[in-house]
Amino acid sequence: MATTTTANGLAAVRRMSLGQGRWVWAAVVILALLPIIGGKTGFISNYGFLQLSLMIVYAIAVLGLILLTGFNGQISLGHGAFFAVGAYTSAVLIDQANWPYWATLPVAAIMCFVVGYLFGLPALRLEGHYLALATFALAVAVPQILKYRHFEWFTNGVQGINIFKPAPPFGLPLSGDQWMYLVVLAIAVLMFWIARNLLDSRTGRAMMAIRDHSMAAGTMGINVAHYKTVVFGISALYTGVAGALHAIIFEFVAPDSFRFELSIAILVGAVVGGIASLPGAVIGGVFVQVIEKYADALTKKITTAVHLPIDLEPWTIYGIALIVLMYTMPMGIAGGLALLWKRLKGS
Amino acid sequence: MEQLIQQVASGLANGAIYACLALALVMIFVSTDHINFAQGEMAMFSAYLTWQLLQWGINFWAALPIVAFASFLIGVGIERAILRPLHSAPVLSIVVVFIGLLTIFHSLAGAIWGHTIKEFASPFPKVTFAGSGYIGPHQIGMVVVTILLLLALFAFFRLTPLGLAMRAAAQNPSSARLAGIRVDWMLALGWGLAAAIGAVAGSLVAPVVYLEPNMMASILLYGFAGALVGGISSPGGAVAGGFIVGVLENLIAYFGNLLEKASGFYLVGNGEKLSVALIIVITVLTLKPSGLFGHVTVKRV
Repeated sequence: MATTTTANGLAAVRRMSLGQGRWVWAAVVILALLPIIGGKTGFISNYGFLQLSLMIVYAIAVLGLILLTGFNGQISLGHGAFFAVGAYTSAVLIDQANWPYWATLPVAAIMCFVVGYLFGLPALRLEGHYLALATFALAVAVPQILKYRHFEWFTNGVQGINIFKPAPPFGLPLSGDQWMYLVVLAIAVLMFWIARNLLDSRTGRAMMAIRDHSMAAGTMGINVAHYKTVVFGISALYTGVAGALHAIIFEFVAPDSFRFELSIAILVGAVVGGIASLPGAVIGGVFVQVIEKYADALTKKITTAVHLPIDLEPWTIYGIALIVLMYTMPMGIAGGLALLWKRLKGS
Repeated sequence: MEQLIQQVASGLANGAIYACLALALVMIFVSTDHINFAQGEMAMFSAYLTWQLLQWGINFWAALPIVAFASFLIGVGIERAILRPLHSAPVLSIVVVFIGLLTIFHSLAGAIWGHTIKEFASPFPKVTFAGSGYIGPHQIGMVVVTILLLLALFAFFRLTPLGLAMRAAAQNPSSARLAGIRVDWMLALGWGLAAAIGAVAGSLVAPVVYLEPNMMASILLYGFAGALVGGISSPGGAVAGGFIVGVLENLIAYFGNLLEKASGFYLVGNGEKLSVALIIVITVLTLKPSGLFGHVTVKRV
């Protein structure tokens, strides 16, 4: 029963993610026009644009995990590590070498691909719980690695690195936040488009075959080891680019921004959005940022509403949401919506 | 030399705690194949319960069994209510549920008791004795209590019918069921025992690391490392592994310190504890996933 629902959900999600291209482009155009409409009328503040950018950034990060876990079946609890590598690569290049921010993005991407690929090599021998365990250890160790004494000359140790938000080029009549929002949006569109095409290709089918039954995939002539490590690299690349963008729009990196909680947040985004769905990545990204921003207020409301004797913390709600979701919608919100849509259509 | 002995001794003391946690992890792993990522936070929560009882004026040695029993009930409850219905769910769902539990326990402890570090007095008398330069009374106490706990568990599993039933349920669930053993209750009991062992470990280590919601992060990681080094399918191995990584952890810091003194080059120190655990975990997982004492599982097609 559970497996058929999952399979149905998957098929539906797939159709949804690949079929409705026109609507997606329309949404992108509207989003791209926001700085002109919303910014000029004062409807959306600069702070609002920063929030929107962060949502998009987390969507890219979640997409990285979704490619790995949802489409290739490799569990990672440590994607915060790749986010950190991307963020630090960008920040260090801007801070130490005075690179323009846009030039640091490809470097961060390559760097994260290499790191992810290398981590993917030992991960090849691990499956399921063991891989979760190894990546869990990675996630817990990240802040300490960033504080390592011999890295201090470029990571600046505990203090972290301050960078400055770039101004819009060519004298465009936009604020820094509006400009970066457009940059982030453009990069996100590009990366989602690449991911969509990747999943719809021979490589994507191989990835999913490995997820569904790696041994069978191997007998069909798919080079399992090659695909798994490369997908690990690609996944790290996505999350790393998100990290780099985060560093640029947030103007700051420090070891303690990349604690275990970040890895959990990315995982939560992927699971809540829909672990094997591209729209799910967008939902997940929005969820992560909204929760980070409003969970405090929300938990306060709940605490007072049901007269709890203690002040609940946001993470309690996070945890309960995770567990409840695993019972009710294992394919996340995107999977749930897709199933609902299918039922409504009566097919 | 004196320092070396001191390091090994305190490594053994920490190792006792890692051994407890590793054993708790193994208890759950052998019967369900799940790695309980929430084990550390559950132990932390139990340590807070002990602290609360101490605040209410109850003696540590009276509080410990109460908390262990309460933790046992919590463990059984979690297995029955949350994990049982997900028994045939994919690995990812299980892992996500564990992460959910981890965040719940972590934030609940913070919400109830706050995030400030709390002092936790050692339950062992501060006496001086021959060799007390090498190892403190609390550390000896930790080792002794751990060994007693292990002996009790060993006796329970070897000598009592219930222990036998639990072993049977873990080893061959379908045959055990045919022999009239209620396998799902045995799994819940295993969870309860793991939670109780964790409670003892958490309450014993709290005076060493101080009480705060993050106290178990590195300890859990070393518990994992210990379980993996010894073999995550072997209870005895996990205990040995816990002691091994405890000593290893201190020796690495010690020799890192020596190296820095000798050559002026800093390689590792106490600041790299978690990274060292990460390296141990990944090395063991890639080179010898079955650990030193575990048995190799063959995958059936």
